[in-house]
Amino acid sequence: MAELRMPSLGADMEAGTLVEWKVKPGDAVRRGDLVAVVDTDKGAIDIEIWEDGVVERLLVPVGTKVPVGTALAAVRGEGAPEPTPPSAAAPEVAAPAAASPPAPTPIAPAERAPATPPAPPAGAARPRASPAARARARELGVDVGSVRGTGPDGAVTIADVEASAAPRGPSPMRQAIAAAMARSKREIPHYYLAADVDLSRALAWLAEENARRSVADRLLPAVLLLKATARAARAIPEVNGFHVDGAFRPSEAVHLGVAISLRQGGLVAPALHDVDRRPLGELMRDLTDLVTRARKGGLRSSELSDATLTVTSLGDLGAGAVYGVIYPPQVALVGFGKILTRPWAADGRVEARPVVTATLSGDHRVSDGLRGAQFLAELARLLETPEDL
Amino acid sequence: MTPEALREAVLALLGTIAPEVDLEEIRPSADLRDELDIDSMDFLRFVVQLEQRLGVSVPEADYPRIRTLDRCVAYLAEKGARELAPGARPEARS
Repeated sequence: MAELRMPSLGADMEAGTLVEWKVKPGDAVRRGDLVAVVDTDKGAIDIEIWEDGVVERLLVPVGTKVPVGTALAAVRGEGAPEPTPPSAAAPEVAAPAAASPPAPTPIAPAERAPATPPAPPAGAARPRASPAARARARELGVDVGSVRGTGPDGAVTIADVEASAAPRGPSPMRQAIAAAMARSKREIPHYYLAADVDLSRALAWLAEENARRSVADRLLPAVLLLKATARAARAIPEVNGFHVDGAFRPSEAVHLGVAISLRQGGLVAPALHDVDRRPLGELMRDLTDLVTRARKGGLRSSELSDATLTVTSLGDLGAGAVYGVIYPPQVALVGFGKILTRPWAADGRVEARPVVTATLSGDHRVSDGLRGAQFLAELARLLETPEDL
Repeated sequence: MTPEALREAVLALLGTIAPEVDLEEIRPSADLRDELDIDSMDFLRFVVQLEQRLGVSVPEADYPRIRTLDRCVAYLAEKGARELAPGARPEARS
Protein backbone atom coordinates (compact mmCIF):
# COMPACT_ATOMS: atom_id res chain seq x y z
CA MET A 1 0.00 0.00 0.00
CA ALA A 2 1.50 3.32 -1.01
CA GLU A 3 0.63 6.72 0.35
CA LEU A 4 -0.02 9.95 -1.52
CA ARG A 5 1.69 12.61 0.59
CA MET A 6 1.35 16.38 0.69
CA PRO A 7 4.10 17.44 -1.72
CA SER A 8 6.46 20.32 -1.27
CA LEU A 9 5.55 22.79 -3.96
CA GLY A 10 8.32 25.28 -3.39
CA ALA A 11 11.52 25.75 -1.44
CA ASP A 12 9.74 27.53 1.37
CA MET A 13 6.48 25.59 1.58
CA GLU A 14 5.69 24.06 4.97
CA ALA A 15 2.01 23.21 4.75
CA GLY A 16 -0.93 23.24 2.40
CA THR A 17 -4.71 23.09 2.70
CA LEU A 18 -6.57 20.32 0.92
CA VAL A 19 -9.51 22.02 -0.80
CA GLU A 20 -10.86 19.32 -3.11
CA TRP A 21 -10.61 15.63 -3.74
CA LYS A 22 -10.91 14.62 -7.39
CA VAL A 23 -11.00 10.90 -6.62
CA LYS A 24 -12.84 8.65 -4.18
CA PRO A 25 -12.08 5.23 -2.71
CA GLY A 26 -12.28 2.59 -5.41
CA ASP A 27 -11.23 4.90 -8.27
CA ALA A 28 -8.42 3.62 -10.47
CA VAL A 29 -5.67 6.16 -11.03
CA ARG A 30 -2.81 6.34 -13.49
CA ARG A 31 0.50 8.12 -13.05
CA GLY A 32 -0.01 11.80 -13.80
CA ASP A 33 -3.73 11.88 -13.02
CA LEU A 34 -4.91 14.91 -11.06
CA VAL A 35 -6.24 13.60 -7.76
CA ALA A 36 -6.64 16.62 -5.47
CA VAL A 37 -6.47 20.40 -5.27
CA VAL A 38 -4.30 22.01 -2.59
CA ASP A 39 -4.33 25.66 -1.63
CA THR A 40 -0.91 27.18 -0.99
CA ASP A 41 0.67 30.61 -0.82
CA LYS A 42 0.97 30.33 -4.58
CA GLY A 43 -2.70 29.71 -5.10
CA ALA A 44 -4.67 26.54 -5.80
CA ILE A 45 -2.48 23.80 -7.24
CA ASP A 46 -3.61 20.52 -8.81
CA ILE A 47 -1.84 17.51 -7.29
CA GLU A 48 -0.77 14.65 -9.55
CA ILE A 49 -0.32 11.08 -8.42
CA TRP A 50 2.99 9.42 -9.23
CA GLU A 51 1.97 5.84 -9.69
CA ASP A 52 -0.80 3.67 -11.05
CA GLY A 53 -3.18 2.11 -8.58
CA VAL A 54 -6.56 2.15 -6.91
CA VAL A 55 -7.53 4.67 -4.27
CA GLU A 56 -8.06 2.82 -1.04
CA ARG A 57 -8.82 5.51 1.54
CA LEU A 58 -8.82 9.30 1.68
CA LEU A 59 -7.03 10.21 4.88
CA VAL A 60 -7.43 13.97 5.01
CA PRO A 61 -10.81 15.72 4.84
CA VAL A 62 -11.43 18.72 2.64
CA GLY A 63 -10.59 21.97 4.39
CA THR A 64 -7.70 20.62 6.45
CA LYS A 65 -4.30 22.28 6.49
CA VAL A 66 -1.48 19.74 6.84
CA PRO A 67 2.31 19.90 6.85
CA VAL A 68 4.30 18.84 3.80
CA GLY A 69 4.82 15.07 3.94
CA THR A 70 1.51 14.21 5.61
CA ALA A 71 -0.18 11.16 4.12
CA LEU A 72 -3.24 12.34 2.19
CA ALA A 73 -4.52 9.06 0.80
CA ALA A 74 -3.75 5.37 0.75
CA VAL A 75 -3.34 3.95 -2.74
CA ARG A 76 -3.19 0.26 -3.50
CA GLY A 77 -0.72 -0.65 -6.24
CA GLU A 78 -2.18 -2.59 -9.15
CA GLY A 79 -2.12 -6.30 -8.50
CA ALA A 80 -1.93 -5.92 -4.73
CA PRO A 81 -4.58 -7.84 -2.82
CA GLU A 82 -7.45 -5.95 -1.16
CA PRO A 83 -6.52 -5.29 2.45
CA THR A 84 -8.60 -6.45 5.38
CA PRO A 85 -10.86 -3.71 6.76
CA PRO A 86 -8.65 -0.90 8.13
CA SER A 87 -7.97 -0.91 11.86
CA ALA A 88 -8.42 2.13 14.03
CA ALA A 89 -4.65 2.63 14.03
CA ALA A 90 -4.75 5.04 11.06
CA PRO A 91 -3.71 8.47 12.38
CA GLU A 92 -6.59 10.88 12.86
CA VAL A 93 -6.23 14.28 11.28
CA ALA A 94 -7.74 17.12 13.31
CA ALA A 95 -11.00 18.32 11.79
CA PRO A 96 -10.80 21.89 10.50
CA ALA A 97 -12.31 24.66 12.61
CA ALA A 98 -15.79 25.51 11.36
CA ALA A 99 -15.35 27.87 8.45
CA SER A 100 -19.00 28.88 7.99
CA PRO A 101 -19.70 32.59 7.54
CA PRO A 102 -20.93 34.48 10.62
CA ALA A 103 -24.71 34.38 11.16
CA PRO A 104 -26.33 37.31 9.35
CA THR A 105 -27.30 40.21 11.60
CA PRO A 106 -30.29 42.35 10.68
CA ILE A 107 -29.25 45.24 8.43
CA ALA A 108 -30.81 48.62 9.20
CA PRO A 109 -32.52 50.14 6.12
CA ALA A 110 -30.55 53.34 6.73
CA GLU A 111 -27.55 51.59 5.17
CA ARG A 112 -28.64 52.50 1.65
CA ALA A 113 -25.52 53.19 -0.39
CA PRO A 114 -25.06 55.26 -3.58
CA ALA A 115 -24.88 53.35 -6.85
CA THR A 116 -21.34 52.94 -8.19
CA PRO A 117 -20.12 51.60 -11.56
CA PRO A 118 -20.92 49.02 -12.81
CA ALA A 119 -24.35 50.36 -12.01
CA PRO A 120 -26.76 47.98 -10.28
CA PRO A 121 -30.03 47.21 -12.11
CA ALA A 122 -32.16 50.32 -12.62
CA GLY A 123 -34.36 51.03 -9.63
CA ALA A 124 -32.08 49.35 -7.10
CA ALA A 125 -30.67 51.99 -4.77
CA ARG A 126 -28.80 49.53 -2.61
CA PRO A 127 -25.95 47.34 -3.89
CA ARG A 128 -26.66 43.66 -3.45
CA ALA A 129 -24.30 42.01 -1.03
CA SER A 130 -24.74 38.86 0.96
CA PRO A 131 -25.01 39.25 4.71
CA ALA A 132 -21.63 37.51 4.90
CA ALA A 133 -20.08 40.09 2.63
CA ARG A 134 -21.63 42.90 4.64
CA ALA A 135 -20.35 41.38 7.85
CA ARG A 136 -16.86 41.09 6.44
CA ALA A 137 -17.11 44.67 5.26
CA ARG A 138 -18.01 45.83 8.77
CA GLU A 139 -15.16 43.76 10.16
CA LEU A 140 -12.68 45.34 7.79
CA GLY A 141 -14.09 48.85 7.95
CA VAL A 142 -15.10 48.82 4.29
CA ASP A 143 -18.09 50.71 2.91
CA VAL A 144 -20.01 48.07 0.97
CA GLY A 145 -21.51 50.76 -1.24
CA SER A 146 -18.09 51.69 -2.57
CA VAL A 147 -17.08 48.15 -3.45
CA ARG A 148 -17.36 46.94 -7.02
CA GLY A 149 -19.30 43.68 -7.05
CA THR A 150 -18.24 40.75 -9.15
CA GLY A 151 -20.92 38.32 -8.03
CA PRO A 152 -24.16 37.55 -9.91
CA ASP A 153 -25.87 40.76 -11.10
CA GLY A 154 -23.00 42.83 -9.74
CA ALA A 155 -23.47 41.65 -6.18
CA VAL A 156 -20.62 42.33 -3.81
CA THR A 157 -18.89 39.16 -2.61
CA ILE A 158 -16.65 38.55 0.38
CA ALA A 159 -13.71 38.41 -1.99
CA ASP A 160 -14.67 41.82 -3.36
CA VAL A 161 -14.79 43.25 0.13
CA GLU A 162 -11.46 41.76 1.11
CA ALA A 163 -9.87 43.00 -2.07
CA SER A 164 -11.12 46.44 -1.28
CA ALA A 165 -9.91 46.59 2.30
CA ALA A 166 -6.86 48.60 3.27
CA PRO A 167 -3.69 46.51 3.06
CA ARG A 168 -3.02 44.62 6.28
CA GLY A 169 0.54 43.46 5.99
CA PRO A 170 1.96 41.20 3.32
CA SER A 171 -0.28 38.60 1.70
CA PRO A 172 0.67 34.93 2.08
CA MET A 173 2.09 34.96 -1.43
CA ARG A 174 4.20 38.00 -0.75
CA GLN A 175 5.47 36.39 2.44
CA ALA A 176 6.35 33.22 0.57
CA ILE A 177 8.24 35.15 -2.09
CA ALA A 178 10.02 37.16 0.61
CA ALA A 179 11.08 34.02 2.45
CA ALA A 180 12.35 32.29 -0.69
CA MET A 181 14.26 35.32 -1.95
CA ALA A 182 15.79 36.08 1.45
CA ARG A 183 16.91 32.49 1.77
CA SER A 184 18.38 32.58 -1.71
CA LYS A 185 20.44 35.67 -0.97
CA ARG A 186 21.58 34.26 2.36
CA GLU A 187 22.71 30.93 0.99
CA ILE A 188 23.68 31.41 -2.63
CA PRO A 189 26.76 33.45 -3.56
CA HIS A 190 25.39 35.14 -6.69
CA TYR A 191 27.46 36.45 -9.57
CA TYR A 192 25.98 38.37 -12.48
CA LEU A 193 26.84 38.53 -16.17
CA ALA A 194 25.17 40.40 -19.02
CA ALA A 195 25.39 40.12 -22.79
CA ASP A 196 23.73 42.18 -25.50
CA VAL A 197 22.26 39.95 -28.18
CA ASP A 198 21.47 41.11 -31.73
CA LEU A 199 17.98 39.79 -32.49
CA SER A 200 17.67 41.13 -36.04
CA ARG A 201 17.87 37.70 -37.66
CA ALA A 202 15.66 36.10 -35.04
CA LEU A 203 12.90 38.70 -35.34
CA ALA A 204 13.07 38.79 -39.13
CA TRP A 205 12.71 35.01 -39.19
CA LEU A 206 9.84 35.25 -36.70
CA ALA A 207 7.98 37.85 -38.78
CA GLU A 208 8.21 35.63 -41.88
CA GLU A 209 7.18 32.57 -39.90
CA ASN A 210 4.18 34.36 -38.37
CA ALA A 211 3.08 35.67 -41.75
CA ARG A 212 2.89 32.01 -42.83
CA ARG A 213 1.00 30.86 -39.76
CA SER A 214 -2.63 31.41 -38.86
CA VAL A 215 -3.31 34.06 -36.21
CA ALA A 216 -4.02 31.46 -33.56
CA ASP A 217 -0.64 29.80 -34.21
CA ARG A 218 1.50 32.94 -34.06
CA LEU A 219 4.73 32.69 -32.08
CA LEU A 220 5.91 35.29 -29.60
CA PRO A 221 9.63 36.16 -29.36
CA ALA A 222 9.49 34.63 -25.86
CA VAL A 223 9.43 31.07 -27.23
CA LEU A 224 12.57 31.72 -29.26
CA LEU A 225 14.30 33.07 -26.17
CA LEU A 226 13.13 30.11 -24.07
CA LYS A 227 14.20 27.48 -26.54
CA ALA A 228 17.60 29.08 -27.08
CA THR A 229 18.04 29.25 -23.31
CA ALA A 230 17.18 25.56 -22.96
CA ARG A 231 19.58 24.51 -25.72
CA ALA A 232 22.36 26.66 -24.26
CA ALA A 233 21.73 24.99 -20.88
CA ARG A 234 22.32 21.61 -22.57
CA ALA A 235 25.71 22.87 -23.70
CA ILE A 236 26.69 24.35 -20.31
CA PRO A 237 25.20 21.98 -17.71
CA GLU A 238 26.46 23.94 -14.71
CA VAL A 239 23.45 26.24 -14.99
CA ASN A 240 20.86 23.48 -15.07
CA GLY A 241 20.14 21.46 -11.95
CA PHE A 242 19.96 21.66 -8.18
CA HIS A 243 22.29 22.38 -5.31
CA VAL A 244 21.19 19.98 -2.60
CA ASP A 245 22.99 18.63 0.49
CA GLY A 246 26.10 20.59 -0.28
CA ALA A 247 26.54 19.31 -3.83
CA PHE A 248 25.46 20.14 -7.36
CA ARG A 249 23.20 17.61 -9.04
CA PRO A 250 22.96 18.39 -12.74
CA SER A 251 19.59 17.63 -14.28
CA GLU A 252 19.20 15.30 -17.24
CA ALA A 253 16.26 17.27 -18.51
CA VAL A 254 15.88 20.98 -19.09
CA HIS A 255 12.62 22.15 -17.56
CA LEU A 256 12.51 25.93 -17.66
CA GLY A 257 10.73 27.77 -14.89
CA VAL A 258 8.89 30.67 -16.51
CA ALA A 259 8.43 33.64 -14.20
CA ILE A 260 4.83 34.80 -14.60
CA SER A 261 3.45 37.87 -12.88
CA LEU A 262 -0.05 37.51 -11.51
CA ARG A 263 -2.62 40.18 -12.19
CA GLN A 264 -3.36 40.68 -8.49
CA GLY A 265 0.32 41.05 -7.74
CA GLY A 266 2.75 38.28 -6.97
CA LEU A 267 4.87 35.95 -8.97
CA VAL A 268 4.99 32.26 -9.76
CA ALA A 269 7.50 30.36 -11.90
CA PRO A 270 6.01 27.04 -13.06
CA ALA A 271 7.97 24.72 -15.31
CA LEU A 272 7.70 24.18 -19.04
CA HIS A 273 9.04 20.68 -19.54
CA ASP A 274 11.81 19.56 -21.92
CA VAL A 275 12.03 22.93 -23.62
CA ASP A 276 15.18 22.04 -25.55
CA ARG A 277 13.48 19.20 -27.39
CA ARG A 278 10.10 20.51 -28.39
CA PRO A 279 9.02 22.35 -31.54
CA LEU A 280 8.30 26.07 -31.24
CA GLY A 281 4.60 25.76 -32.03
CA GLU A 282 4.11 23.25 -29.26
CA LEU A 283 6.10 25.42 -26.84
CA MET A 284 3.94 28.41 -27.70
CA ARG A 285 0.73 26.48 -27.02
CA ASP A 286 2.07 25.12 -23.75
CA LEU A 287 3.40 28.50 -22.66
CA THR A 288 0.01 30.12 -23.34
CA ASP A 289 -1.72 27.36 -21.42
CA LEU A 290 0.75 27.70 -18.54
CA VAL A 291 0.28 31.46 -18.28
CA THR A 292 -3.50 31.07 -18.37
CA ARG A 293 -3.46 28.48 -15.60
CA ALA A 294 -0.95 30.46 -13.56
CA ARG A 295 -3.34 33.40 -13.57
CA LYS A 296 -6.62 31.54 -13.22
CA GLY A 297 -5.66 28.59 -11.11
CA GLY A 298 -5.02 25.05 -12.22
CA LEU A 299 -1.24 24.79 -12.04
CA ARG A 300 -0.05 21.27 -11.30
CA SER A 301 2.25 20.17 -8.53
CA SER A 302 4.84 18.86 -11.01
CA GLU A 303 4.96 22.27 -12.63
CA LEU A 304 5.83 23.93 -9.35
CA SER A 305 8.60 21.58 -8.39
CA ASP A 306 10.20 20.52 -11.67
CA ALA A 307 11.97 23.64 -12.91
CA THR A 308 15.72 23.08 -13.37
CA LEU A 309 16.49 26.65 -14.45
CA THR A 310 14.26 29.72 -14.34
CA VAL A 311 13.86 32.44 -16.95
CA THR A 312 12.46 35.87 -16.22
CA SER A 313 11.54 38.33 -18.92
CA LEU A 314 10.55 41.85 -18.07
CA GLY A 315 10.77 43.07 -21.63
CA ASP A 316 7.13 44.06 -21.92
CA LEU A 317 7.49 46.32 -18.92
CA GLY A 318 10.45 48.26 -20.18
CA ALA A 319 13.30 47.15 -17.94
CA GLY A 320 16.53 47.15 -19.96
CA ALA A 321 18.03 44.27 -18.04
CA VAL A 322 17.05 42.18 -15.06
CA TYR A 323 19.55 40.89 -12.52
CA GLY A 324 17.38 38.38 -10.76
CA VAL A 325 17.52 36.26 -7.64
CA ILE A 326 18.04 32.52 -8.08
CA TYR A 327 15.20 30.26 -6.87
CA PRO A 328 16.76 27.67 -4.57
CA PRO A 329 17.58 24.83 -5.06
CA GLN A 330 18.23 25.92 -8.66
CA VAL A 331 21.69 27.25 -9.47
CA ALA A 332 21.04 29.97 -12.03
CA LEU A 333 18.50 32.45 -13.35
CA VAL A 334 18.36 33.81 -16.88
CA GLY A 335 16.92 37.28 -17.46
CA PHE A 336 15.81 39.11 -20.59
CA GLY A 337 15.14 42.82 -20.74
CA LYS A 338 13.15 44.82 -23.24
CA ILE A 339 13.97 44.31 -26.90
CA LEU A 340 15.11 47.77 -27.95
CA THR A 341 16.26 49.19 -31.23
CA ARG A 342 19.82 50.32 -30.60
CA PRO A 343 22.86 51.34 -32.64
CA TRP A 344 24.85 48.22 -33.42
CA ALA A 345 28.24 47.97 -35.06
CA ALA A 346 28.63 45.24 -37.66
CA ASP A 347 30.78 44.96 -40.79
CA GLY A 348 32.41 48.30 -40.07
CA ARG A 349 29.03 50.11 -40.07
CA VAL A 350 26.70 51.29 -37.35
CA GLU A 351 23.02 50.63 -37.93
CA ALA A 352 19.82 50.29 -35.91
CA ARG A 353 19.12 46.74 -34.79
CA PRO A 354 16.75 45.13 -32.27
CA VAL A 355 18.90 44.16 -29.31
CA VAL A 356 18.07 42.45 -26.03
CA THR A 357 20.20 42.32 -22.90
CA ALA A 358 20.40 38.74 -21.65
CA THR A 359 21.64 38.22 -18.09
CA LEU A 360 22.76 35.26 -16.07
CA SER A 361 22.65 35.15 -12.30
CA GLY A 362 24.89 32.25 -11.33
CA ASP A 363 25.53 30.27 -8.16
CA HIS A 364 29.25 30.69 -7.60
CA ARG A 365 29.43 27.40 -5.68
CA VAL A 366 28.57 25.63 -8.91
CA SER A 367 29.87 27.72 -11.79
CA ASP A 368 32.47 30.39 -12.36
CA GLY A 369 32.19 33.45 -14.54
CA LEU A 370 33.93 31.64 -17.39
CA ARG A 371 31.23 28.99 -17.66
CA GLY A 372 28.55 31.61 -17.21
CA ALA A 373 30.05 33.67 -20.02
CA GLN A 374 30.19 30.59 -22.23
CA PHE A 375 26.51 29.99 -21.54
CA LEU A 376 25.58 33.51 -22.63
CA ALA A 377 27.79 33.25 -25.71
CA GLU A 378 26.07 30.00 -26.70
CA LEU A 379 22.66 31.61 -26.11
CA ALA A 380 23.58 34.51 -28.40
CA ARG A 381 24.90 32.12 -31.04
CA LEU A 382 21.69 30.08 -31.01
CA LEU A 383 19.56 33.21 -31.42
CA GLU A 384 21.57 34.13 -34.52
CA THR A 385 20.35 30.98 -36.29
CA PRO A 386 16.64 31.02 -35.40
CA GLU A 387 15.76 28.61 -38.20
CA ASP A 388 17.64 25.91 -36.27
CA LEU A 389 15.72 26.42 -33.06
CA MET B 1 -21.53 46.69 -37.58
CA THR B 2 -22.08 50.20 -36.25
CA PRO B 3 -19.17 51.88 -34.45
CA GLU B 4 -21.10 51.60 -31.19
CA ALA B 5 -21.67 47.89 -31.66
CA LEU B 6 -18.04 47.44 -32.61
CA ARG B 7 -16.94 49.35 -29.55
CA GLU B 8 -19.13 47.20 -27.31
CA ALA B 9 -17.85 44.02 -28.96
CA VAL B 10 -14.22 45.07 -28.51
CA LEU B 11 -14.82 46.01 -24.88
CA ALA B 12 -16.41 42.64 -24.29
CA LEU B 13 -13.34 40.89 -25.70
CA LEU B 14 -11.05 43.07 -23.61
CA GLY B 15 -13.13 42.14 -20.58
CA THR B 16 -12.19 38.51 -21.05
CA ILE B 17 -8.49 39.43 -21.17
CA ALA B 18 -8.50 41.81 -18.20
CA PRO B 19 -11.52 40.76 -16.16
CA GLU B 20 -10.91 42.92 -13.13
CA VAL B 21 -10.72 46.18 -15.06
CA ASP B 22 -13.71 48.51 -15.15
CA LEU B 23 -14.18 48.75 -18.93
CA GLU B 24 -16.13 52.01 -18.62
CA GLU B 25 -12.92 53.65 -17.44
CA ILE B 26 -10.83 52.86 -20.51
CA ARG B 27 -9.66 56.06 -22.17
CA PRO B 28 -10.33 55.58 -25.86
CA SER B 29 -7.13 57.17 -27.13
CA ALA B 30 -4.75 55.60 -24.64
CA ASP B 31 -2.58 52.58 -25.37
CA LEU B 32 -4.59 49.50 -24.35
CA ARG B 33 -1.52 47.77 -22.97
CA ASP B 34 -1.13 50.53 -20.38
CA GLU B 35 -4.84 50.97 -19.72
CA LEU B 36 -5.37 47.30 -19.01
CA ASP B 37 -1.91 46.29 -17.78
CA ILE B 38 -1.68 43.52 -20.36
CA ASP B 39 1.45 41.96 -21.83
CA SER B 40 2.32 40.72 -25.31
CA MET B 41 0.75 37.33 -24.66
CA ASP B 42 -2.52 38.93 -23.56
CA PHE B 43 -2.40 41.17 -26.62
CA LEU B 44 -1.93 38.16 -28.91
CA ARG B 45 -4.94 36.48 -27.28
CA PHE B 46 -6.91 39.66 -28.02
CA VAL B 47 -5.83 39.51 -31.68
CA VAL B 48 -6.87 35.85 -31.87
CA GLN B 49 -10.29 36.81 -30.46
CA LEU B 50 -10.62 39.58 -33.06
CA GLU B 51 -10.28 36.94 -35.72
CA GLN B 52 -12.47 34.31 -34.10
CA ARG B 53 -15.28 36.59 -32.89
CA LEU B 54 -15.22 39.46 -35.38
CA GLY B 55 -13.76 37.79 -38.44
CA VAL B 56 -10.80 40.15 -38.90
CA SER B 57 -7.24 38.77 -39.12
CA VAL B 58 -4.81 41.47 -38.08
CA PRO B 59 -1.33 41.04 -39.58
CA GLU B 60 1.53 41.77 -37.18
CA ALA B 61 2.47 44.79 -39.27
CA ASP B 62 -0.95 46.30 -38.46
CA TYR B 63 -0.64 45.98 -34.67
CA PRO B 64 0.08 49.72 -34.26
CA ARG B 65 -3.32 50.37 -35.86
CA ILE B 66 -5.20 48.59 -33.07
CA ARG B 67 -3.28 49.84 -30.04
CA THR B 68 -5.99 52.16 -28.74
CA LEU B 69 -9.73 51.57 -28.44
CA ASP B 70 -10.54 54.32 -30.97
CA ARG B 71 -7.99 53.10 -33.49
CA CYS B 72 -9.03 49.51 -33.04
CA VAL B 73 -12.69 50.29 -33.68
CA ALA B 74 -11.80 52.32 -36.78
CA TYR B 75 -9.56 49.54 -38.11
CA LEU B 76 -12.20 46.87 -37.57
CA ALA B 77 -14.83 49.00 -39.28
CA GLU B 78 -12.49 49.47 -42.24
CA LYS B 79 -11.93 45.73 -42.46
CA GLY B 80 -15.62 44.92 -42.36
CA ALA B 81 -15.81 43.28 -38.96
CA ARG B 82 -18.93 41.34 -38.19
CA GLU B 83 -19.98 39.32 -35.17
CA LEU B 84 -19.39 35.60 -35.60
CA ALA B 85 -21.21 32.99 -33.60
CA PRO B 86 -18.88 31.22 -31.17
CA GLY B 87 -17.29 28.29 -32.96
CA ALA B 88 -17.96 29.71 -36.42
CA ARG B 89 -14.96 29.55 -38.73
CA PRO B 90 -13.82 32.98 -39.88
CA GLU B 91 -13.34 33.35 -43.63
CA ALA B 92 -9.84 34.26 -44.65
CA ARG B 93 -9.72 38.04 -44.83
CA SER B 94 -7.00 40.52 -44.05
